[in-house]
Amino acid sequence: MTSGGNERRRTILIVDDDLDFLEQMGAVLEAAGFAVAAARSEREAVEALDRGLPDLAIVDLMMESADSGLVLCYRIKKRDPARPVILVTAVAAEAVLDFGAAAAAERAWVKADASLVKPVRAEQLVREVRRLLKE
Amino acid sequence: MPETLRILVADDEPGMRAGIARALRDFTVSLPDVNVDVCFEVEQAESGEQTLEKVAARPPHILLLDYKLPGISGLEVLDRLQAHRSEILTIMITAYASLDTAVSAIKRGAYDFLAKPFTPEELKITIRKTAGRLILAQQARKLAQEKRQVRFQLISVLAHELKAPLAAVEGYLRIIRDRSAGADEAAYRRMLERSLIRTEGMRKLIGDLLDMTRIESGRKRRDFADVDVADVARMAIETAMPEAVLRHIAIALDAEPPITMKADRGELEIILNNLVSNAVKYNRDGGSVRVAVRPEGGAVVVAVSDTGIGMTKDDAARLFGEFVRIKTEKTRDILGSGLGLSIVRKLAVLYGGDVSVTSEPDVGSTFTVVLREPVIPAVTP
Repeated sequence: MTSGGNERRRTILIVDDDLDFLEQMGAVLEAAGFAVAAARSEREAVEALDRGLPDLAIVDLMMESADSGLVLCYRIKKRDPARPVILVTAVAAEAVLDFGAAAAAERAWVKADASLVKPVRAEQLVREVRRLLKE
Repeated sequence: MPETLRILVADDEPGMRAGIARALRDFTVSLPDVNVDVCFEVEQAESGEQTLEKVAARPPHILLLDYKLPGISGLEVLDRLQAHRSEILTIMITAYASLDTAVSAIKRGAYDFLAKPFTPEELKITIRKTAGRLILAQQARKLAQEKRQVRFQLISVLAHELKAPLAAVEGYLRIIRDRSAGADEAAYRRMLERSLIRTEGMRKLIGDLLDMTRIESGRKRRDFADVDVADVARMAIETAMPEAVLRHIAIALDAEPPITMKADRGELEIILNNLVSNAVKYNRDGGSVRVAVRPEGGAVVVAVSDTGIGMTKDDAARLFGEFVRIKTEKTRDILGSGLGLSIVRKLAVLYGGDVSVTSEPDVGSTFTVVLREPVIPAVTP
């Protein structure tokens, strides 16, 4: 049920090892008119990226390793620096996302365009996705 | 390494102070029970005022306090030390070894008293007793601190384990309330199903936690009777059967009943239910489970084998800890509290045995529990 029937639906890849998060955000984004692909690990995500880049990716920070999300960000940005990526994390403080004011230099090498801290609310996610896709 | 206890000698006679210092210079006390050797460092004060100053600057562990000090008397010093009472043990030195002085000193917080004149040997006996008391109190405090630490860690992990499913259910409820998934009714049904699965997980966690605390506190009433372990195994298999049938997993019982032992049936059920349900949960579809029960030299050995995902040696080594769950792509959708095997181990230990595992990734695992009849205190009829 998208607006403009002849317009291609934009694809979003969600990567998270948390089944419930995938289910929730997937349903919400589909209802918002996006085509959703899901991956449950860094490894599965790499396979999905090999089949083609999504219009936007939402990646969890910690999966197989503590920096899985950053690795995926890097892989996507290497192929298309303009492709938006949202980094999701369970706790802001658990990661590089909790920058002090002095850590601006460190922020530069985190390639994500936005970061969200769980629990992520449906409207919050849709708003962020629309902003990054300039809809 | 020996512990050093500081002793402050408060006496106006220089000879008495020097004598005590000399007697304790090379004196050590061994406390083999707690594996501690104690030696002493002696400081001196010649008046009540100086005693209070020295205590304020650096409180000693033991205060040898003369009853009759010039200026502020020994008893007054004792009164003013009320604030330090729990940390400093005071031994009153008195020339008037009457019951009255002893009683009034003890009433004011002194730990013991020495009657003048005393021999170095008498001094050492009193010091040995006092040091023992101090070190034991220290050890008890340390132990209580460690226990608090362990409890704190357990609660932190537990909070996390409950927060995760709660957050998931909350997320589903918000989406359902706000109809954020649009008109996709199948999606809402899936969300309700997932919510129920997650709340069931929480219920299981709470149940396991109660089992564990009951076992650990030792307050649970244990009803010992002759229990047929083979029958307990048969019932555990029946309990696991619905899930096994769904996933085409065959379960076989290898036992020649009855195999009886004195036990609390409820406890054996917890052990068998955990092992058999794990063998199904972590199996592959179409796999099999074998439950063997056999008597062996006065003990009963239960072995539960599966044809499941198995695990590495490293994972097997940490498997029986509290809240340990082996996280791999194969286990990520299997719900569990992370307490089951830790409970099995605690129970096995209660039965003078233990639980062990042999495993090979992608081939399967065998969990073996050895159970011995507990020594039951005789009950008067």
